[in-house]
Amino acid sequence: MFDLSPAEWTAIFLSLRIAVVATVVALPFGIAVGYLLARANFWGKSLVDGIVHLPLVLPPVVTGYLLLLAFGRRGPIGAFLAEFGIVFAFRWTGAALASGVMGFPLMVRAIRLSLEAIDQRLEGAAATLGARPVWVFATVTLPLAVPGIIAGMVLCFAKALGEFGATITFVSNIPGETQTISAAIYTLTQVPAGDAAALRLVVVAIVLSLIALIAAEWLARLANARIRGE
Amino acid sequence: MLSVRAVKQLGEFSLDVTFEAASGVTALFGPSGAGKSTIANMIAGLVDPDQGRIALDGDVLFDSSGKNVPPHRRRIGYVFQEGRLFPHLTVRSNLTYGRYMHGLPRDEATLGNIVDLLDIGHLLGRRPGTLSGGERQRVAFGRAVLMQPRLLVLDEPLASLDRARKLEILPYLVRLRDEAKVPMIYVSHQAGEIIRLASQVVKVEDGRVAAVGGHELLDVRPGEMTH
Repeated sequence: MFDLSPAEWTAIFLSLRIAVVATVVALPFGIAVGYLLARANFWGKSLVDGIVHLPLVLPPVVTGYLLLLAFGRRGPIGAFLAEFGIVFAFRWTGAALASGVMGFPLMVRAIRLSLEAIDQRLEGAAATLGARPVWVFATVTLPLAVPGIIAGMVLCFAKALGEFGATITFVSNIPGETQTISAAIYTLTQVPAGDAAALRLVVVAIVLSLIALIAAEWLARLANARIRGE
Repeated sequence: MLSVRAVKQLGEFSLDVTFEAASGVTALFGPSGAGKSTIANMIAGLVDPDQGRIALDGDVLFDSSGKNVPPHRRRIGYVFQEGRLFPHLTVRSNLTYGRYMHGLPRDEATLGNIVDLLDIGHLLGRRPGTLSGGERQRVAFGRAVLMQPRLLVLDEPLASLDRARKLEILPYLVRLRDEAKVPMIYVSHQAGEIIRLASQVVKVEDGRVAAVGGHELLDVRPGEMTH
């Protein structure tokens, strides 16, 4: 039963590619927004916080539809980006965007918490030793936030890997382009005799998620040990 | 020569101090809560006065008329009560951090001297998490001295240590004073430490300078001078 068909492999690799790209592209934004929410005080901070967390509470279909309105070929952002050859609608890049948006709040949350837990007096110490603010961030703040950054990346990756509602609404379910594991499973449940294939992909999804969790646990332990000096 | 004139309101507490510190070691002496640490932080640039002027060797660091040199450009070494070593860096990287950030050349000879003076050679490859309190403070001294500061501010550097550790560390501070020859501001409420280290005493009480002078200001009770 475990001979995966070429179409199933395609869906698996596509899911991985979408999840990796979504996580990597979201990371700098996640760190920036996490830092802003953890440290800065500005007018409208609760609003920014709310908008970042919106995909967590909105129905995914709504998020996907809003993305379609904004990033579709005729959407204001989509039409603008299309002039530079960047197209999201019905492309795997759109799937990466949708799953990145869905995973973003989880990433920001983990990074923000780890930044808030850092002893800011260490940053003061670095300043007295001659470190400019940007160096303080690079040599003290960022390394100490690594466990939270890893946790945030894994949460975002796992969310992106399994994202369904926003993705299918925004970029549909095109085999080889936007059909991820989740979308493929959904398709297989709609056709007769699709059970065995669906089950195979279910097992794959479980295995991938477990690997991500175990890798995260291991990396976080490594990073923590480094910080605590063991 | 350090000159400080600073006014700061912190909630109910008001700080208003003026004093000068010549070269050598000057102690800020007074009970806890008198505002000594706030003064130390203002000298280093970690806290801004509401009003006043702070100058070091004729170089104005802060002036409420509009000048405020950020801490990373003041070149004032700071030893904190709790060390504040970087937990993710080795002792060696902690020690060289200030030199690196100031763009000073690598200098193994100076590093070796300070490491010998503080007796921390065997700790270089370890991380702060595995050090004892006394070892941590010695590394913190080294870290602050190695960046070649114009002034060294030590804020109750022995307060977190038990009595035996204090006695063990004081001689290192005396050696640092005599061999590194950096002017120091030494914040403490322990008359015994100050007698060993400082010649000039600025007595701070309740946010004001109560007196400036020598050891006669340290109302030492019998039995307190055992070290």
